[in-house]
Amino acid sequence: MGRRLGGFGEKRMSQGQTGAEQRLVTPGMVIGPSAGKRAGSGIVTAEESMIATQLGWLREQNNTVSIDPINAAYMPRSGDLVVATVAEVRNNLWFMNINGAFQGLLPMSLAPWKVEFGAARQHMDVGNVVLARVQEVDECHNVVLTMKGVGLRRLNQGTVESIPVQHIDRVRGDNNALLQRMREACDCRIMVGENGRVWIDGDADGIAWARMALQMVAEYGHSKAFETILSEMEQTTKGDA
Amino acid sequence: MGGYGDVQLLNDDGSRLDGRKLDEIRPVTIEAGILPAAEGSAMVTHGLNVAVAAVYGPMEAHPRKIQRQDRAVIDVRYNMAPFSTSDRIRPGFNRRSREISKVTAEALESVVLVERYPRSKIRVEIEILAAEAGTRCVGITAASVALADAGIPMRDMIVGVASGKIEDTVVLDLDKAEDNYGQADLPVGILPNTGEIAFLQMDGDLSLEEYNLAMEYNFKAAKEIHEIMVDALRRRYDGGEA
Repeated sequence: MGRRLGGFGEKRMSQGQTGAEQRLVTPGMVIGPSAGKRAGSGIVTAEESMIATQLGWLREQNNTVSIDPINAAYMPRSGDLVVATVAEVRNNLWFMNINGAFQGLLPMSLAPWKVEFGAARQHMDVGNVVLARVQEVDECHNVVLTMKGVGLRRLNQGTVESIPVQHIDRVRGDNNALLQRMREACDCRIMVGENGRVWIDGDADGIAWARMALQMVAEYGHSKAFETILSEMEQTTKGDA
Repeated sequence: MGGYGDVQLLNDDGSRLDGRKLDEIRPVTIEAGILPAAEGSAMVTHGLNVAVAAVYGPMEAHPRKIQRQDRAVIDVRYNMAPFSTSDRIRPGFNRRSREISKVTAEALESVVLVERYPRSKIRVEIEILAAEAGTRCVGITAASVALADAGIPMRDMIVGVASGKIEDTVVLDLDKAEDNYGQADLPVGILPNTGEIAFLQMDGDLSLEEYNLAMEYNFKAAKEIHEIMVDALRRRYDGGEA
């Protein structure tokens, strides 16, 4: 049975660098007998066997076997901070693209402004980017967003970059340590949404530097720790980006 | 002698014209994650066939009338490039591509855990860049690897394989001449880990014994191709061999 070993950032080192027990599984692969173990995310049980349903790294923790997927779609949860883009505007609400399987709905009652019925477009139009929070996700996967809260606002400047959802925790690091290090390295304001969208604001060189670092996460994140990427990036000067 | 006219498809010693054994597949190579813009992608070469598959989503299903409240819909678009055969193919959808898109979508829906993404859509694009024979099988194999690459949860991957009958002999993995002048063709989508069949079509006639032998060949080939599929994903993300 595969077991994830090593500290943060080491777990996905490729080519057996952190131990032979690392195990990449593919959909349909029989992992082992299900007796005495619980099936976690990415695992189904059939005929007393555990079967992988996703491509990813096998993990066993507290007698629960699960998969850390290499790629995954964003599944919104209540309380998530997301960087969303306006996809459609109606008289009294906005449909927001939250980089997931379902659009989010922002009613005018949860917008930070007093919006008259029919005047939603005057406040936000298609393509505008906002920082919002997921207020509610019901059993039918209807996602309601809110912009009422500290720091939630329309993002009028800066740029948005995407990173794989499964790499968000790695980009942040423990207590946002890596994210803070990145902010200081490029001298930019950076907000990481739970939906894999990252808002960056600063001078052009800083933004270019941060975008390059995040693109490297998207490209090599499955095999390289973000701390390593950051260290490599810090060797380069901001102007080189 | 069967099939059309006097076209000879087997050598006098019983071997096939391209030198393969009766139960031997054409060379297969698979590469995963070749398109950066797609959530998942794969390129499969199978003999002279070349297929590229790309997966986008899950995403909001538009138009809304196609949404299913309890599951995702899989929207497959199979297309042969105009330059994929020696005769230019008129670009755009035709009866054949619609049919293959439909059977591929239904096969994939049987393995993808569609109930995880209600009201959404998973778009699968299959482009045949070069066609020899058995493009629907190559397309479904490519789509399967691309779905796995995209992180879409699935019960199993589907392997597309075909066997058929030429000169009253059952053979595995028909090439162009065997497909055109043979007596029967049996493309199948197999779930290699469970042994289930996700789709099955048959063109021509096979006796029960011939059918059983053809399916035996298909299952054997599915295991071989599945190993290549797994190896492609490992090479992409693990940097090593399977």
